[in-house]
Amino acid sequence: MTVTREPYGGRFAFFAETGFAARLAFAAVLSFPSVFRRRSRGELVRQLYAVCIRTLPVVTVVSLFTGMILALQVGLELRRFNYEIYLGAAVMVSLVREMGPFSCGMCLAACVGSAVAAELAAMKVNDEIAALEIMSISPVRFLAAPRMLALVIASPLLGFFCCVVGTMGGGIVSATQLNVDFGQYIASALSAADTKDLFVGLLKSLVFGFTIGAVAVYEGFGAGYGAAGVGRSTQRSVITGFLLILMFGYMITRVAYR
Amino acid sequence: MSLVEFENVTKEFDGEKVLDGLSFKVEKGEIFCIVGQSGAGKSVTLKHLVRLFVPTSGRVLVDGVDVARASERELWRTRGRIGYLFQSAALLAWMTVADNVALPLRENTALDDAEIEKRTASALAEVELSHAAGKYPPEISGGMQKRAGLARAIVRESDIVLYDEPTSGLDPVTSVTIHRLIRKLNRTRGITSIVVTHDLAGAIAIADRILLIKDGKAAVCLPPAQFLESENPAAKEIVAAMKGDIG
Repeated sequence: MTVTREPYGGRFAFFAETGFAARLAFAAVLSFPSVFRRRSRGELVRQLYAVCIRTLPVVTVVSLFTGMILALQVGLELRRFNYEIYLGAAVMVSLVREMGPFSCGMCLAACVGSAVAAELAAMKVNDEIAALEIMSISPVRFLAAPRMLALVIASPLLGFFCCVVGTMGGGIVSATQLNVDFGQYIASALSAADTKDLFVGLLKSLVFGFTIGAVAVYEGFGAGYGAAGVGRSTQRSVITGFLLILMFGYMITRVAYR
Repeated sequence: MSLVEFENVTKEFDGEKVLDGLSFKVEKGEIFCIVGQSGAGKSVTLKHLVRLFVPTSGRVLVDGVDVARASERELWRTRGRIGYLFQSAALLAWMTVADNVALPLRENTALDDAEIEKRTASALAEVELSHAAGKYPPEISGGMQKRAGLARAIVRESDIVLYDEPTSGLDPVTSVTIHRLIRKLNRTRGITSIVVTHDLAGAIAIADRILLIKDGKAAVCLPPAQFLESENPAAKEIVAAMKGDIG
């Protein structure tokens, strides 16, 4: 699939661009098996390192505070009814169903999606994407597929990690500020842990990872000229990523819990 | 049949004509230089040959293949015959010079690593860059980056190489080195070279024919000696500028 192209014009440009983005994402998925070739594996490892290891500190801090805020807000309400013993369950359910994948998705869109979009946009501006196409090397296979696959693999793992760290954060708040015993909090949390919730949460993370990758790649390949073009692509990648995470999050919740 | 043909090509960007009925032919084994002022449409012309741009009207033929209307498969095949040296060299910054040069072989062929290494070393030797094989693009000079880009363009044994401002931003001595390489590759490998440049002196030194683009049209297309003597006003103007005649 050729990605070096002139922007679509006319009244139906939005639909043409959306169609192009969908084709790009589909072509990248078809290229996923090629990422495991001997000569391409190194790039996947490099991207997995960039996604998992480099974002780990941010994801840890965000999920820890998400859990702490959740515990504090919910705990204060539960205390009014003397239901603090259910705090662990409330935090766990919120994190696994929604806040874990959501906060992880936001971190990935901000840290990784923006970086991927900026990197590809800079390559586009420097004619490196065009150079690849002229060498008959598909930028979708060579650049997009490893980045998207790394996000697809890493996002559920990081989403699960978010849930664990967030639950721990909630436990710290419950023990230190709400006078709920940590063991009791964990027992309550584990009693509420549900396989369906976990699968839905992981599915959300997977969809978010794919979406962030697809948006970043589309924006990067479609960058305009100069430094301003790179900046705009990066900005659009983050904004679109955030919006789609919210929309897809709602849709999956709607389908899974109606 | 000519190897490359532009037939009445017009290209508009947002309603503004950059190319206006441009026609010319390039023969096999020729060094064909395209000169003109900045913004004349020289690089746009070159990019049509590999479908980085599609003409608004007219046809661009590479060995009989209408590039703009070619199927994806035909396009990949045609591009496979073409090496392209970008103005910025367009090397991938995270790969060494040798890995950049080897990239088209690694991605497009089933050659084993030893053969790829051998061909890469040969291409680097051809552009006198063997000593920089292990360096990264940001660690080498602009001239060396251009030579690395050239090695990458020829490593697949392309029979057409397109040069987009190969000497822009380079000092005169390095520019001569690049011109010498273009000539050498043409003589030793029979590569058809299309060189877009604003450096008329360099074009005169290496070209078999020079095309002057003025206002998106072919003003003149002549061998260097005749180009210098041309009575065409646009050609006279650019020749006078080269000679330093400031009026």
